[in-house]
This record gives sequence, structure tokens and C-alpha cells, in this order.
Amino acid sequence: MNARYEYLLRLGDDALILGQQLGLWTGHGPVLEEDIALTNIGLDQIGQARAWLTMAGRAEEQGRDEDALAFHRTPAEFRNAQLCERPNGHFGDTIVRQFLFDAYAVQLHAALAHSKDADIAAIARKSAKESAYHLRHSSAWMVRLGDGTPESNDKVQASLNVLLPFAGDLFHADAVTDTATSEGWGVNPASLRPAWEATLAETLEAAQLQRPAPAPEQTGGRQGRHTEKLSYLLAEMQVLPRTYPDAKW
Amino acid sequence: MEKQHWPLWEIFIRSRQGLSHRHVGSLHAADAEMAIENARDVYTRRQEGVSIWAVPASEITASSPDEKDVLFDPADDKVYRHPTFYDLPDEVKNM
Amino acid sequence: MEMDLLQRFEAYVASEKKIEPKDWMPDAYRKTLIRQISQHAHSEIVGMLPEGNWISRAPSLKRKAILMAKVQDEAGHGLYLYSACETLGVQRDDTIADLHSGKAKYSSIFNYPTLTWADIGAVGWLVDGAAIMNQVPLCKCSYGPYARAMVRVCKEESFHQRQGFQIMMNLAQGTAEQKAMAQDALNRWWWPSIMMFGPPDDNSPNSAQSMAWNIKRFSNDELRQKFIDLTVPQAELIGLTIPDPQLKWNEETGHYEHGPIDWKEFKQVIAGHGPCNKERLDARRKAWDEGAWVREAAAAHADKRAAQKANTAAA
Repeated sequence: MNARYEYLLRLGDDALILGQQLGLWTGHGPVLEEDIALTNIGLDQIGQARAWLTMAGRAEEQGRDEDALAFHRTPAEFRNAQLCERPNGHFGDTIVRQFLFDAYAVQLHAALAHSKDADIAAIARKSAKESAYHLRHSSAWMVRLGDGTPESNDKVQASLNVLLPFAGDLFHADAVTDTATSEGWGVNPASLRPAWEATLAETLEAAQLQRPAPAPEQTGGRQGRHTEKLSYLLAEMQVLPRTYPDAKW
Repeated sequence: MEKQHWPLWEIFIRSRQGLSHRHVGSLHAADAEMAIENARDVYTRRQEGVSIWAVPASEITASSPDEKDVLFDPADDKVYRHPTFYDLPDEVKNM
Repeated sequence: MEMDLLQRFEAYVASEKKIEPKDWMPDAYRKTLIRQISQHAHSEIVGMLPEGNWISRAPSLKRKAILMAKVQDEAGHGLYLYSACETLGVQRDDTIADLHSGKAKYSSIFNYPTLTWADIGAVGWLVDGAAIMNQVPLCKCSYGPYARAMVRVCKEESFHQRQGFQIMMNLAQGTAEQKAMAQDALNRWWWPSIMMFGPPDDNSPNSAQSMAWNIKRFSNDELRQKFIDLTVPQAELIGLTIPDPQLKWNEETGHYEHGPIDWKEFKQVIAGHGPCNKERLDARRKAWDEGAWVREAAAAHADKRAAQKANTAAA
């Protein structure tokens, strides 16, 4: 097993799938300013995905670049957390998904900034600024929606109840992350959980939202086990490179 | 119809350290924090700024165009405020 | 008195001076601007849809990022323009309501579908190209806020046309299928693009007054000719054929002559019978309606915060 390749795929695929989904909001946001904001976050995610996937391709040593990895893998070969492939739903669903992820990404990038691998550390430092901004945006919206109207509170509480169990993948530790941790270039995701929990608790309180009763967590994304949605998502995303395999764009 | 309009904010951007904030345009936001974030996304996508001021448009007091003559014409004849008003001997190179 | 003001206004504008929001202006000038700026803003917003359509299917991650940034810019442009419009005393939300009710118009070019990836190239190259041609003179428009918004828009717009042309160039130089895709897109977008300059000069109802007020600076036909003269050699350069068998270079005038434009189609699309009129408006309405609870929540939260702050200050 190539732990480095596997680990970098996880980082890249999380960002890619989120970026792909946020791009769907462009032109359809609840207000013009927010349309622009969501697209900006999506652009950051695509940028991070490109950096991680390029590095994953190098680690794999099979000559695959960012596009080969993004457009020519099957769903089972994707390593993103299931949380990232949850559908956009309404604006509250997207915000909760993004918030749960951002609160993790902030911790992840801060820790990876100390990676022994200079390239990983460099991408992490750049991403850290972006994820800090994303968290600022998504947590502010958690509070606005949670503390807004009874309707918005109901809606976002329901989104949280559905999405929280999908956070499990984010903290999943296994042989890949063990190698990453012991060799000093990666992070043990389980170690990020306490700080994530603290952000969650703080934001939910400010937002007048209840933490749902503990439920069994949905996991499997890191091993390529996904929800039904991912195949549709990839079918759409990959249509051109798959239809015209010889073409350059 | 919408129950409430989000208020209008006027946005001022400092393009780099050492320069003043300059008015760049306006936008809508429900609160001040959102106004700053929106201004960042709307008006600094191409590295146009290092600092943002967001001011509720309703809080700005503006002079009226009708008062233009009264307010600004009296400055017209104070030519002695400008350095070019003063003739200096050629021997004085820099002043 | 009123006559005197009007004469002074027209002399002032004719001397290339700018009108600012609170200055006196004739009612018709204000109305013309509100109509034109809001239509322009709506066009930017509706224009996001045909291109946004392909963000999820962009064929490389680089292209995806470029397209997202591009469509996002259109949202920004819409926002600058709505802001300029608001300085004339109308609320953005009301302007948008006019779009949704069908009362306000937007550029009919966006009622055509984007069927293949090459359409993204064609839209950038031709539609943005035509838009720039129309917009550059507006940077000198007599109304200050509109002129300033247009300066910003034009600055950002130049990358849009280039990215479109680059897509077309890559396709035209690509596989046979890609080249066919590019030619097909040019075939479909050429005529609608040159109709973007509006009806011919002898049949353009609002033009004369707008020219007198320095809102408009060149006639529709002048701009159309300029666009054709610039674009034809670009198509030749990348080996694509303009779908106009009557197109020919006139050595004497130094311009291309083009075949007749089907104004019947133009009018039909404006009247709401284009291929995508309904989809476009439905998509805008849907986004707005589904966003209502979000806008209300943010406003309610801001009110609560403000009340808390007032309470704390009072205590």
C-alpha cells in the first residue's frame, strides 16, 4: 500500500467533491452577495484539490496528473469523506455540511502546516488561511440561521441532525494515517476531534441549536465505500473527459 | 413580497498600506460582519485591498448639491492658499 | 423655471461633465437610466445561467476554476450595476421583482441554450466580445455611478473574452470531434451575437435621446460593424467559418459586408419565445423564492443583535 498516495487522495478528494458541489450554487444563491461568497469558497476548494491531487499523482508514480485522478477514477476509487458528497439540499444543508467540514479543515491545516514534508506543509499553510475564512463564513451563517426565525431554526436543526453522523469519516484513523503520523508527514485525524467538538459546541450554543442525540456514525469514504449520490456526481463531473478520452481541453 | 430588505452599505477599501480608504461601491448585507465579508468577496477578488470599511448608507450625512455654490464657491478667490500664488526669486531653488 | 433647468442640464451634459446621484436631472433621463442599468444588471444575472450550466461538467479542473471565477464575476457585475441603479432611488429588491414578473427585460442572447462545452467558448468569445464592444463607451456615460461601475466591469471583462477564445482555439486545434463542436457552436451563436447590438439604426426607438444625453455614444450599426470587423479575422485565424455565405471584405470601405439579419427571430426571442426564456426566468425565480427564508433569517438575527446592543447600552 502506498500510504502517501492514499493519504493525499483523501485530502484532495474532500476538497474536490466540496468544490464540485459548491460550484452548483453559482447563479442560484439566496442573494447575489452570497452567490459570490459560495463560489469563492468553491474556488478555494478546487484550488486545494488541484494541489493535493497533483501531489498524490506524484506519490503514485504512475504519471497521473490532477485531471487523470479527478476524471478517470470510479466512485470506489474516491477517498472523500461521505459528508462531502451529501447533496447541496437547501442553503441550510450546504451551510451545515460546510461548517462541519470547515471546523475540521481548520484543525487539519494547522496540524499539517508542521508536516515534515515541506510540500505538504506549504499547501497546508496556504489552505489554512482559506479554511479559517471558510469557517468564519459558515459559522456566522450557522448562527444567523439558527438564531434567525423559527422556520430557519427548524430547518438548520434538521440539517444538523441528518449531517452530523456523516462527520465520522473525517476522524477515521487506520493504517494509512498511522503511517502518515509515525513518519511525521501527516496527522492522526482522531487527534483533531477534541478541538472540532469545541468549535461545534461553541457555535451550536451561539446559534441556539441542539446537539442531536448520539447516533451511529456513517463511515467508509476513506475505503471507497460511498453513498448513492457519488456516482451521479462523478457521472456529471467526468462526462467530457470520459466521452472524449483523446481530447485535450 | 419580502418582509424586510437587507440594508445598503457603502464600502471603502484601502488598496495598500499608506493609502487612504476609497469609496468603491455599495452592497447589501443583513449585518456588519456580513457587510465586511461580502465586501471582501465582491470588491477584493483581484487583490484590490488590504483593509475594508463598511458604513451603513443610512448613516452617511451628505451635503446637498443645491448648496454647492454656497459651500464651495467661497474658496475660489482664496488664491493665496496655493503655493503658486507666491513669486520667488530665481535664486531660491526649493521651497 | 423647469425649462431653464432642462437647458442647463443638457448644456452641462453636452460639455462632457458628469451627473451625480443627487443632482437635478430630467425625469426622463432618470427613467431611461433606471431602465437601462437595471436591464443591464438583469442581463448579468440571467447571463450566469447558461454558462453556470457547464461548471459541473468543465473538462478539466483548471477550466472549472476559470469558469467559476468567470461566472462569479458576472454576479459581481450585476451587483455593481444594481448598486448604480439604487443611486437613482430604486430598491434592488423591487428591481428584481420586475425581472421576476416579466416586466423588466434582459439581453435576449441568454435565452439561447448552451448545448456543448464549445458553447462556453463561443459565449466568452462572441457574447462577451459583443458586450465589451457595447460597454466600453459606457465608461464615459454622463451618469457618474453608471460610468464608474462600467469601468470596473470592463476591466474584469477582458479576461472573459480571452478565456472564451482560448477554449475555441483549443477545440479548433483539437480532435475532429472537438473542431466540429467548435464550428457548431459558432454556427449557433454568430447571428444572435451580432443581434446583441440591437435593431438597425433606422429602427431604434430610444437611440437619439440617449445619444443626446451622452448615455449612448455610438449607434447600434456602428458597433455591430466594429465587432464584425474585429471578429472575422479571429475566426479565420483559428480555422473556423463564420456562418454567413454573403460575408465579404469590401476593399473600398475597409469593412466586412454581411448578409441580412433575421430580425423576426430577434423580436420573437425578445417577446418571450426564445428557446430558453421560460427556463431562465424560472431558475431566477426559484433561487429567489427558495432564498426567502435565508434572507428573512439573517434580517431577523440582525434585528435581535441590534436590540440586544441597544439594551446593553441602555442598562
